[in-house]
Amino acid sequence: MSEPSQPVRDSFARVEAGMKRRRAAERRFRFFGKCAVGLGLGFLVILFVSIVGNGYSAFWQTRITLEVTIDEASIDPSGVRDPAVLQAADYGALIKQSMRELFPDVSGRRNRIALYGLVSNGASFDLRDRILADPSLIGTTISLSVAADDDVDMLMKGHIDRGAPEADRRIKDNQLAWIEKLEADDRIGSAFNLDFFSNGDSREPELAGIRGALMGSIYTLFVTLGLSFPLAVAAAVYLEEFAPKNRWTDLIEVNINNLAAVPSIVFGLLGLAVFINFFTLPRSAPIVGGLVLTLMTLPTIIIASRAALKSVPPSIREGALGVGASPMQAVMYHVLPLALPGMLTGTIIGMAQALGETAPLLMIGMVAFIADVPAGVFDPATALPVQIYLWADSPERAYVEKTSAAIIVLLLFLAAMNALAVLLRRRFERRW
Amino acid sequence: MEAQASQFMAENPEHAPARRRPAEADSATYDREHRGTVGEVRSEVPRMRCTAVNVHYGDKHAIRDVSLDVGKNEVLAMIGPSGCGKSTFLRCLNRMNDTVVGCRVSGEILLDGKDIMAPDVDVVPLRARVGMVFQKPNPFPKSIFENVAFGPRIHGLAQSQAELEEIVVSSLQKANLWGEVKDRLAHPGTGLSGGQQQRLCIARAIAIQPEVILMDEPCSALDPISTAKIEQLIDELRRNYSICIVTHSMQQAARVSQRTAYFHLGDLIEVGETDRIFVKPQHQLTEDYITGRFG
Ligand SMILES: Nc1ncnc2c1ncn2[C@@H]1O[C@H](COP(=O)(O)OP(=O)(O)OP(=O)(O)O)[C@@H](O)[C@H]1O
Ligand SMILES: [Mg+2]
Repeated sequence: MSEPSQPVRDSFARVEAGMKRRRAAERRFRFFGKCAVGLGLGFLVILFVSIVGNGYSAFWQTRITLEVTIDEASIDPSGVRDPAVLQAADYGALIKQSMRELFPDVSGRRNRIALYGLVSNGASFDLRDRILADPSLIGTTISLSVAADDDVDMLMKGHIDRGAPEADRRIKDNQLAWIEKLEADDRIGSAFNLDFFSNGDSREPELAGIRGALMGSIYTLFVTLGLSFPLAVAAAVYLEEFAPKNRWTDLIEVNINNLAAVPSIVFGLLGLAVFINFFTLPRSAPIVGGLVLTLMTLPTIIIASRAALKSVPPSIREGALGVGASPMQAVMYHVLPLALPGMLTGTIIGMAQALGETAPLLMIGMVAFIADVPAGVFDPATALPVQIYLWADSPERAYVEKTSAAIIVLLLFLAAMNALAVLLRRRFERRW
Repeated sequence: MEAQASQFMAENPEHAPARRRPAEADSATYDREHRGTVGEVRSEVPRMRCTAVNVHYGDKHAIRDVSLDVGKNEVLAMIGPSGCGKSTFLRCLNRMNDTVVGCRVSGEILLDGKDIMAPDVDVVPLRARVGMVFQKPNPFPKSIFENVAFGPRIHGLAQSQAELEEIVVSSLQKANLWGEVKDRLAHPGTGLSGGQQQRLCIARAIAIQPEVILMDEPCSALDPISTAKIEQLIDELRRNYSICIVTHSMQQAARVSQRTAYFHLGDLIEVGETDRIFVKPQHQLTEDYITGRFG
């Protein structure tokens, strides 16, 4: 220590000794980071595997091919081909007739009902649509592929154990025999489930589709985005760039932050009281859903937008003001473009929240059973998460896969939305 | 004369002026009560005239009772140790301090005889007349062309795209940047080197043809060659404009300015003809500073 060079060597050795610890700490930190990422990815994989594993089969549907003789006497006795008459005719009888022809030895009311139960109730609507589209088919025999009943579908997909005691099966022994006959004749098979994407909800699982809920969600989000993005950006820009900093703006800031933490169901109640009861907007309509979700997402987007504006360096504003730009020009030309990517991120988070939100929609009646696909923001509708909730709550076995399939659709929708946001962000970033 | 001043400093670093003040006036024991500016603060042909300007940042009194003129066709250099309020005073002249939260400016500042501190004055045209180059280069994160074109465009200085391009090119040429960027006008201004960015900011400021240009250490990030070009530019601009320049380089102050103001802890200590200040400083603090004894 007394030597002049000693302290230098000493401190160097001390640094060396410390390095080992520092490197170890570094490695440990990285290891924990990797563990966390791995764990997250692991759970994500489990989630996807279980949902896709459960849900993919819903995109396929068991169908039965029938030879249907379209008997003019039974559906259009007058022979005028009046659409009103064709519309009202009893096509179910034709389907039943063709089923009886397939299995001529089935007798007795009870057995016949069991036989007719193999095909979906929707088969007669399919047939009606075919005939209405092409009345010249009347009097001929056509080969018609109709959806099987959901229990048959479950049996074909292996969710019903053929070996189980009859009492524990929803498919009885005689039905099983007929199905085996159909299989032998190659009349029963699997096809892509178009109905799932074109139908609204239904009490019959094989007819239930996601389209109503999907359109409901799209309309709702459309309203939400259209209202909340401009409102939130305007509010954030005003508060951040123009408003004086005083007690009032502090109060507003605190309240916006509090608003972001309010449970969403409260917004649902508010929407019920204000939009439906006071402004008498229609119940269950996407317009009301959109308004309620706007209230809910506004604080999220405002907070994100303000953070994005704050992160724009003040020197940019000074530069613009220094060449004589008005405050609005400085914001519009320089600050806003820089903040926009951050604002879009906030918006997409808000929209993702809105897309997944169920509770406030329950309060405004978007949980009702609605079989029709909505055609506008004023039509009654449900939304995807509500539909998932409704199906998850239904007793039939077939709704299990529908639930998972609906979740897949919801996730795909979300992914598409995110992709769009990333795309938009790229565009804005490339402008500089 | 300029050459004479710098030559003087090179030859006589230890020069002691005729009138020495007592030792109590040394910077460490500087008595704040005995303030007051030494030298002539007024100019015969003033472009800007400041009287009793005070600036507060919250409780901090950053500029005390400063009166100072900026003459027509004059380069006024402001020197002084770091934190003495040079930038703060400069920013009063185009009311940039309005944008600083908690900053209060009082006093009278006239531009061509009209008070720019009056509440009804619109700062937008004021800042078009009094342009500014900031201490830290702050190009917009847009293309080089856009950086320069922004000012002329918002003020409607160009009737056509061709005219706008002409303004941009001539501004870049004056700022001695054209040669380096002429092939990449569409590239972002933030991708330039520090010194290039500063010259871009100078081009941006002169593109709107202001009457007064405020420059806050415009050459602090430049090499000697670019500095010489900027100084030449300042000298050319002086023919039509008034220029206030903050600098830490005494040589630069001596080279480019006609008058020099020395600030110390928010006070304006001494003002005078540059040649006089560097040869015969009257105040002890000024002398200590320019002879490099502190600061
Ligand atoms: N925005 C601000 N808020 C509070 N105090 C400030 C602010 N800007 C400057 N000051 C203070 O005012 C004083 C003068 O600052 P100013 O920037 O004018 O110094 P300067 O002379 O330009 O220094 P330098 O040569 O380092 O640039 C300093 O003490 C500084 O701390
Ligand atoms: Mg400064």
